[in-house]
Amino acid sequence: MAAPLPIKGVREGLLIAVPSGEWDDVRASLLATIDERGDFFRGARLALQMDDRELGAADLGELRDALASRDTSLYAVLSTSTVTKTAAANLALQTELTRPERSRVAEEDAEEGSLEEEVPADPALFLDRTLRSGQVVRHPGHVIVLGDVNPGAEIVAGGNVIVWGHLRGTVHAGAGGDETASVCALDLAPTQLRIAGRIAVSPKRRGAVRPEMALLREGQLIAQPWDDERRHG
Amino acid sequence: MAAQVVTITSGKGGVGKTTAAANIGVALASSGQRVVCIDADIGLRNLDVVMGLENRIVYDLVDIVEGRCKLRQAMIKDKRLPDLHLIPAAQTRDKTAVSPKDMQRLADEIRPDFDWVVIDSPAGIERGFRNAVAPADLVLIVTNPEVSAVRDADRIIGLVEAEEKGPPKLVINRVKPEMVRRGDMLSTEDVLEVLAIELIGVVPEDDQVLVSSNQGLPAALDPKSRAGRAFRDIARRLNGEQVPFEDLSARDGFLGRISRLVRPGGSA
Repeated sequence: MAAPLPIKGVREGLLIAVPSGEWDDVRASLLATIDERGDFFRGARLALQMDDRELGAADLGELRDALASRDTSLYAVLSTSTVTKTAAANLALQTELTRPERSRVAEEDAEEGSLEEEVPADPALFLDRTLRSGQVVRHPGHVIVLGDVNPGAEIVAGGNVIVWGHLRGTVHAGAGGDETASVCALDLAPTQLRIAGRIAVSPKRRGAVRPEMALLREGQLIAQPWDDERRHG
Repeated sequence: MAAQVVTITSGKGGVGKTTAAANIGVALASSGQRVVCIDADIGLRNLDVVMGLENRIVYDLVDIVEGRCKLRQAMIKDKRLPDLHLIPAAQTRDKTAVSPKDMQRLADEIRPDFDWVVIDSPAGIERGFRNAVAPADLVLIVTNPEVSAVRDADRIIGLVEAEEKGPPKLVINRVKPEMVRRGDMLSTEDVLEVLAIELIGVVPEDDQVLVSSNQGLPAALDPKSRAGRAFRDIARRLNGEQVPFEDLSARDGFLGRISRLVRPGGSA
């Protein structure tokens, strides 16, 4: 498996921080990541954060074609290098991100540092129905389901997932790499649960069904009763 | 009155669609209603075998659709039940020989002269399924109390909902009360908890069903068969009757029933 790339949800798509190193290696690992997580990236618009890497129009054009053949589109390249910037501009790529216009209230609610790019700016998707086997919902923002998520159904969300019902299918929150994402359900019993890059399967149920929240704590995926979360969270 | 079109489908194969179609058709016809059963499983026909009409096939569904015969010529009349008819599937063609539009046209041609059209759908979610569901006024989903069958039923329910056919109804087939009691088989409640659609029938496992399928005598004709009775109950519910669900776990006579009545947290 390729080394995980830092990915953030931004207003117009996904922002990938491209690590430093030999371009051929970096390029290969980027494409490998996209191949591995094809479901998540399918149809995505990508912005690449290149720092001071120097890339010519030939390299960028080739990368853009390689991404296009994977059903993703490159729309922006961010770099401090004038060479790279010029090349990107010549390929009609953006060289800056549009600043998300975030509400003041949301800003104040944010507890730590700059969440600016980490919270997907897309509005939440509200589904007033049960997701049945074979149905897949993919959304860059939060996903809220008023109904059940049955075994065989799948949710891939850039943000949080909230299910007002039984969650028995597969769910991936923070699919763009957001490790602060969480999954809540009245009955949290997913076939498989992922937050950012972590994967867990539900343990055998013991005791009565109660609302739970799954989140990442110190890199571990944990599920805790909703009551506890409110008391200590 | 125009006929209601009921399509019987499941997603998974081998759960008892054809048996259900034959028995529901027989049960409706034996209450004096005019019924046409259509085998939409082109290329793998077997509704005719289960209904015991195989040796009388001259024309089939594809012949009607392609204009080689009139509708009435392809309808086989059941000699035991004069109100029961079958349009068999073609054996030599595949599902692409018929389109969803063809099925709608066919159903519209049948509707004025009958009370019920019962369509036996092929397994799967492709063309044959869409053909069978296209003309439906009501879709019945047949499932077995096992995880894989329920999973496929769930998928099919999603597809039926997407076709805007209205909520389908559920038939749980091959229930073994003994295994449910031991916790080795999903109970009706377990199945309904996942699928969350209206239940129209629970059919117990009954060896007689296999025997009667082989003989071309649907179990619904046999007054002693438990499965046959369950299928007759489904037919009555289709006709709008309120028929209580038989308690399949009733094994223990008077005392057992009493203990269920006084058990706290019951369905009262």
